Amino acid sequence: MVDLSVDLCGIRLDNPVIPASGCFGYGYEFAELYDINVLGTFSFKGTTRELRFGNPTPRIAETPAGMLNAVGLQNPGVDKVIAEELPKLKKVFHKPVMANVSGFSIEDYVYTCERLDKEAQVGWLEVNISCPNVHGGGMSFGTDPAQAAAVTKAVKEKTTKPVIVKLSPNVTDIVSIAKAVEAAGADGVSLINTLMGMRFDLRTKKPILANGTGGLSGPAVFPVALRMVWQVANAVKIPVVGMGGVTTAENVLEMLAAGATAVEVGAANLTDPFACKKIIEDLPGAMRKYGWQA
Amino acid sequence: MTIHDSRFTILTNRPMTAAVWEMTLAGDVTGVRPGQFVNVRLPGLYLRRPISVCDAGNGVLTLVYKTVGTGTDLMATLPKGAVLDLLLPLGNGYDLTAAGESPLLLGGGVGVPPLYLTAKQLRAAGKDVSVVLGFNTKDEIFYEDRFRALGCRVTVTTADGSGGIKGFVTDALPDAYSYFYACGPLPMLKAVCGSTHTSGQLSLEERMGCGFGACMGCTHKTTAGYKRVCKEGPVFIKEELLW
Repeated sequence: MVDLSVDLCGIRLDNPVIPASGCFGYGYEFAELYDINVLGTFSFKGTTRELRFGNPTPRIAETPAGMLNAVGLQNPGVDKVIAEELPKLKKVFHKPVMANVSGFSIEDYVYTCERLDKEAQVGWLEVNISCPNVHGGGMSFGTDPAQAAAVTKAVKEKTTKPVIVKLSPNVTDIVSIAKAVEAAGADGVSLINTLMGMRFDLRTKKPILANGTGGLSGPAVFPVALRMVWQVANAVKIPVVGMGGVTTAENVLEMLAAGATAVEVGAANLTDPFACKKIIEDLPGAMRKYGWQA
Repeated sequence: MTIHDSRFTILTNRPMTAAVWEMTLAGDVTGVRPGQFVNVRLPGLYLRRPISVCDAGNGVLTLVYKTVGTGTDLMATLPKGAVLDLLLPLGNGYDLTAAGESPLLLGGGVGVPPLYLTAKQLRAAGKDVSVVLGFNTKDEIFYEDRFRALGCRVTVTTADGSGGIKGFVTDALPDAYSYFYACGPLPMLKAVCGSTHTSGQLSLEERMGCGFGACMGCTHKTTAGYKRVCKEGPVFIKEELLW
């Protein structure tokens, strides 16, 4: 058996494949379909301090080789996530899990991270400073190096688990943001979040998404994601978790070649719920085919 | 029945009206219930397309769909023998145990199809089934004869009066019925909730990402909290819908 294990911020993953936040719920929908313990880990649905309904529907639109979403961080709020979702998650997943956190102020991020940091099963905090679908928070922290550093520093001061900061591609220079969060104490970075985009309905001449704009994901963004992972991995010393349009085992290897330590898989889970299981099963064969050593 | 990813082979694919097509496919339909849907992967498109189950049994699945955009336009070009990848069965479906003895079925336009398997199973259970089918014009009417063949009492309405009773389904409600099942556009469903004197179940339509509860792309607010149209729905009880 090929050893696929990797080390992510001091925690061993059986393999580098990680379903991305917002595309895997809290795991149990997928656990009905396959044993999700085959995963390296997964990043659960983005959590905020308070309950959020999110944006009005439609929240989803098709694009060439991908999709737009403007869900808007729907989640029950951190207290309910801890009280109701994590116990259910624990029943179906028996490894450290990645807790994805969003906020609208530095205090929000710290509040939510502090609580999730105390949960035994949480292995990493993935601090999302890059959600393009909410106003007055999310991405506004991820487009300015000083703000990104401030969130990172504040979270690091109050938490013990590795902090992975999730970066936005909707910036002029992602490397400057990555360096800023590294200097502020981040244990890793993950990238990319979705690229802002739109579609219009030809009948109404209005945007398809009720939110107007949304985040583009799927194979369409893969080359952009690779380029940014490569740029960041060459500029920082902390681990880089690569994501953006990853759909196959070959895509995973390409992300690793670009410098990623582990790889998140997002939209692919939505079009094929078995996507991550298949990727993991295909990895040894793909490694052999291209002459990779474990 | 666990959700599975299955290959289906197209048996027939034909237009019934200018924009509504009927496709029959051979494949595993074990455990598919009325009011559920399938998510169809189409060549060259990223997202699957959710299509309600019109009929299912004996290894044959019937999908009736309207050509409204890229995905359904493409479906209409697919030939007999083509193989499609379907994720199914999805959604909760109609709960037929609530029907009572004389259920009423209300369908509007391309909301008619999921009521067909519903009517079939209710008739098989010996229920006295009334059906009101609403369309815009006479040219858009389909499946009237199919419901009659099941032994349902069928009334047709058209908005312009070119066929059946002039008006909407709510202009042709029978006086007596034990419960109702409805599917159609939102304005119709809202009117149905206001015009019916019993409880009932209504199937909603929404743009979806995954179709199985993972992406939160199709959430609606209900009296019982936030519900995903694809997972806790698409069928909702009249009293839980917020208008």
